Amino acid sequence: MRYAMAIDTKKCVGCSDCVVACQTENNVPMGFARDWIVESVAGTYPRVEMEIRSERCNHCEDAPCVRCCPTGASHIIEGGVVLVKHDACIGCMACIEACPYDARYPHPDGYVDKCTFCIHRVDKGEDPACVAVCPTHCLHFGDLDDPNSDVSKVVAERKWKVLAPEAGTKPQLYFLM
Amino acid sequence: MNEELIVSGRNIPGVDPHLHLWHWQIPLYLFLGGLAAGLIFFASLYVIMGKEDKAPTAIKWASFITPLALVVGLGALFFDLHHKLYFWRLYTTVRLESPMSWGAWTLLLVTPLSIVWSASYLRELVPSWDWKFKWLYDFEAWVIKNRKPFAWLMIFLSVILGIYTGILLSAFNARPLWNTSILGPLFLTSGLSTGAATIMWLSKDHEEKKLFGRIDLLLIAIEIFFIIHMFMGFLSSSQVQQEAASLFLGGEFTVPFWTFVLILGLLVPGFLEVLEWKGYKIPAAVPAFLVLFGGLMFRLIMVEAGQITRYLY
Ligand code: SF4
Ligand code: SF4
Repeated sequence: MRYAMAIDTKKCVGCSDCVVACQTENNVPMGFARDWIVESVAGTYPRVEMEIRSERCNHCEDAPCVRCCPTGASHIIEGGVVLVKHDACIGCMACIEACPYDARYPHPDGYVDKCTFCIHRVDKGEDPACVAVCPTHCLHFGDLDDPNSDVSKVVAERKWKVLAPEAGTKPQLYFLM
Repeated sequence: MNEELIVSGRNIPGVDPHLHLWHWQIPLYLFLGGLAAGLIFFASLYVIMGKEDKAPTAIKWASFITPLALVVGLGALFFDLHHKLYFWRLYTTVRLESPMSWGAWTLLLVTPLSIVWSASYLRELVPSWDWKFKWLYDFEAWVIKNRKPFAWLMIFLSVILGIYTGILLSAFNARPLWNTSILGPLFLTSGLSTGAATIMWLSKDHEEKKLFGRIDLLLIAIEIFFIIHMFMGFLSSSQVQQEAASLFLGGEFTVPFWTFVLILGLLVPGFLEVLEWKGYKIPAAVPAFLVLFGGLMFRLIMVEAGQITRYLY
């Protein structure tokens, strides 16, 4: 099993619904975020291109945040989801320094927190909160090892990229272009 | 134009707009770890070579600074943890992939051993000292009998400790400025240099002062060589690393780096040590202080600047 997410940059309008849904679902404190929206503008007028991306932890296959964690609080579970055990985390911040995507944040309670792919929902057969709430249906979540999953299909059909592949972490967010 | 903006109002303290989670504590910890490594290294080296009379300060007096530096360093590390009550979790597992983990374990081993080392010289330095219990006297006798193997163990640990202070940073490939394998040897050399400078400062023995002045001069030269090498590596590497180097070559860290680290921390003390060699009277405290100051600044700047360097946005 290999959980992954595909984000359709052609459909995303940057409404931030996914961000708000995540904050509500996961009790993310004000100002902090497990997911966020990036607006990327490239080129010079009149040839300008804009891309909007809903971003979160890439649940990297070769996750440096897990490797550098001195206590094992950061770990990978079945399906490749990267999680933090809050009561094993000493708050050394090594994992935040180690993440090329700045996808983690120091929770005001001391431990480090991040996107969990809403594994508590996924285990019940539901979609992650951000996926469930997206009004343009631009987020696709599922098992890449299952060719019939939503995410496998779009990744097979569409052109995609991953962010900063040169950081060498084998990220698992696929941005459809 | 090429602009990437986070537009969903993310404003995480310490993370946005760029990483600033490690402040002075981690650099201080790295500095003191390096200093301790240097002090242990030279003390052990001269015991192993059987030339205790050549470096009495290094072996005896200076060794009292080692546990102090380690304890203060560990204190700084602890102070930096955001989830302090869970500190003990560091010691419920060994994670070889995590430099932070094996560093914590190395320190747990080195700190008490360095206390034993200095304690075994206590009665030599303070003849009136009384250990009170017989078993302490027995233990002292045992340590004194086994000085050589003890020194071998310590020199091995000191090299691990010294390299570790560099590897802690270089293991983070997410921060292009740190992601260079030269940081291990560079921090080790710098740590040895701060150790040698401290011994030179403390020593009352003219010959020993001279000896450690020469050693320090050599280490300074090696350090400068490594720093040049580091920049050459960055400039011929990927774009993110070129950008990292540019922080020191015209960017915002140019002035502090070249003034405090290179000129005041390396070139000036190096020059003073050369003058001293040529027979000029230079109080050892001056170059020694500059070397220590430069070593601390180097780590402060590397930790600060490294957190700015990144792959995205
Ligand atoms: S995106 Fe960052 S936090 Fe997520 S798995 Fe990759 S390195 Fe770890
Ligand atoms: S902050 Fe917590 S999860 Fe992150 S590396 Fe340190 S102990 Fe592990």
